[in-house]
Amino acid sequence: MAGPAIALILVFVIAPFFLAVGFSFTNQRLVSPHPAEFTGLSNYRQLLGLGVLHLDPLKDAAGAVVLDDQGQPKLPELRKITRKNPDYPQFDGMREWFSWSSGEGRTFVLARDVVFMTAIVNTFIFVLVVAPLQGGLALGLALLINQRLRGINVFRAIYFMPVVVSIVVVSLLWSFIYNQNEGLLNNLLSAISFGAIPRIDWLGNPSTALGAIIFMSIWQAVGFHMVIWLSGLQTISPTLYEAGAIEGASKWQTFRYITWPGLRNTAVLVLVVITMQAFGLFSQIDVMTKGGPVDSTQTIVFQAVQRGYGKQDISAGSTISVILFVIVLSVSLIQRYLTREKT
Amino acid sequence: MAQISQDNRGLRLVVRYAVLCLIAAIFSFPLIFMIVSSLKPSSQLLADAHSFRALLPVGDISLQNYFDAFKRAPVALFIFNSVLVTGVTVVASLALCSAAAFAFTFVMWKGRDLALTVILATLIVPFETIAIPLLLEASKLPWIGAGGITWGWLNSYRVQIVPFIADGLTIYLFVQYFKDLPGELIEAARVEGASWFAIYRRVVMPLSGPVLATAAILKFLVMYNQYLWPIMVTQEEQYRPVMVGLQYFFQLNRAWGEIMAYLSLITVPVLAFYLYLQKAFIASIASTGVKG
Repeated sequence: MAGPAIALILVFVIAPFFLAVGFSFTNQRLVSPHPAEFTGLSNYRQLLGLGVLHLDPLKDAAGAVVLDDQGQPKLPELRKITRKNPDYPQFDGMREWFSWSSGEGRTFVLARDVVFMTAIVNTFIFVLVVAPLQGGLALGLALLINQRLRGINVFRAIYFMPVVVSIVVVSLLWSFIYNQNEGLLNNLLSAISFGAIPRIDWLGNPSTALGAIIFMSIWQAVGFHMVIWLSGLQTISPTLYEAGAIEGASKWQTFRYITWPGLRNTAVLVLVVITMQAFGLFSQIDVMTKGGPVDSTQTIVFQAVQRGYGKQDISAGSTISVILFVIVLSVSLIQRYLTREKT
Repeated sequence: MAQISQDNRGLRLVVRYAVLCLIAAIFSFPLIFMIVSSLKPSSQLLADAHSFRALLPVGDISLQNYFDAFKRAPVALFIFNSVLVTGVTVVASLALCSAAAFAFTFVMWKGRDLALTVILATLIVPFETIAIPLLLEASKLPWIGAGGITWGWLNSYRVQIVPFIADGLTIYLFVQYFKDLPGELIEAARVEGASWFAIYRRVVMPLSGPVLATAAILKFLVMYNQYLWPIMVTQEEQYRPVMVGLQYFFQLNRAWGEIMAYLSLITVPVLAFYLYLQKAFIASIASTGVKG
């Protein structure tokens, strides 16, 4: 009786997973006249290749530092090193990711795929902000909704409402709210500040786009985790709270010594689930920004889809998938280790 | 003294409700805005966005945007596709996953524990990480139809349904529920000579109302809101679901009135369904967390 379900999971979950690992070592494309070839680790090298290079300023014949038009020390051209320079084969095809001044010159961190590096960093920022913030806000809401008040179920129903709305619909709605000229957010901000706050193009500005998407994502999903916290709160025995009240515990002490220990397992679950969901960030990006402006909202999954589906480069998409899987697995193992039961 | 503390309590209550209402406003205003705006001409919608009128159904109210949305895109087809794909997947998923969970819980067979472990391990594989190879796999799978064997599943209903019928979470939910059923019932039926299938049909399923509701709601939300997979596998309009249909409204000059009408059309039925079965929805999410 378990046969059909097992067969389906084998074909549609487990097989693709191993195919992803397999494809990541080839140059497989979605449609191609040539059979795929084994290419070893070249996909991984292409995506993850990094190099560090220090450049000293150019010196003239007398040994003095050459200055450029702005009076800054002039550096050798980076391009001459990363484009088919036989002296630096390891940097061939790389581009500057970021750099800082050191000594007289600059130190450059080069990446073979700067966009993918940006995508990894953005995804981690998203996870690191969303996981604690969404988990914490959800707990706050759960505590608020756990009070004995008339009509509390109505509020619970409203807070949970965005969870049943598709993230695609939510993204489109919020792209209107964030709009520079017509958006509700700018209208509200300029109304309460009497025009003092300038109108911001929330999704079109590289410094606000990711933050805007983070806020919206939390708005949509926080109700889900509120309900999970709530079910955890309700497993805590009321006698513990009665005992606390008799001892004269303050509100904070009650939370610290009764509620929080009782929520341990729930906390681990919420953290792990939010983290896994956050690493999959895709729909919001696809609807709202397509990774822009200037790659400020690129994410790992958006890159996987853009290459694997958009450019039909299955091997690159699969490699990104495997990298994502390794990241998610490592992060959840670390989380489990850090939150393990200490005996 | 008593008077003061009475007032204090009243004040506190007011503050509590004020906080609750403020948060409720944050969670509901985008949805109210969507529904209200769907009834306004685009020009008025943009003008109203500058004041509280954005959240009120005032001015030139009509269903014109809905008619226009139907003209712009085959909306009825998209809704039909979504309902078909979601409905078939939910029903098939409940049948196969509950049967599998039954076999995992009550029947002893070789390799049972290993198989269950592997299935639960798939829970840590996010769908996004298998979507790309699954796309290639689906483009090459065979299908036996009226015209003999055909190759490739892209642009079809089956490619949106079959891969999502069996999943680790649904099986897990059923296993957790079945473990708490009284084992004596099943033993008694076995002693009377009932077959496993008869026990599943006549004894276990009739007791499984709550878990069926939970699994159905979770599957429904996932399937109806699918986006990444259908944009990859439905290049042809004929098989597109509602979320992919949204792309018809991404024009250079976005007709916001029509967009809001389309968004309302695909969202309000789900919201109504949720508000009607609110307790079951919330209980189903909660039950994914209780045992962790």
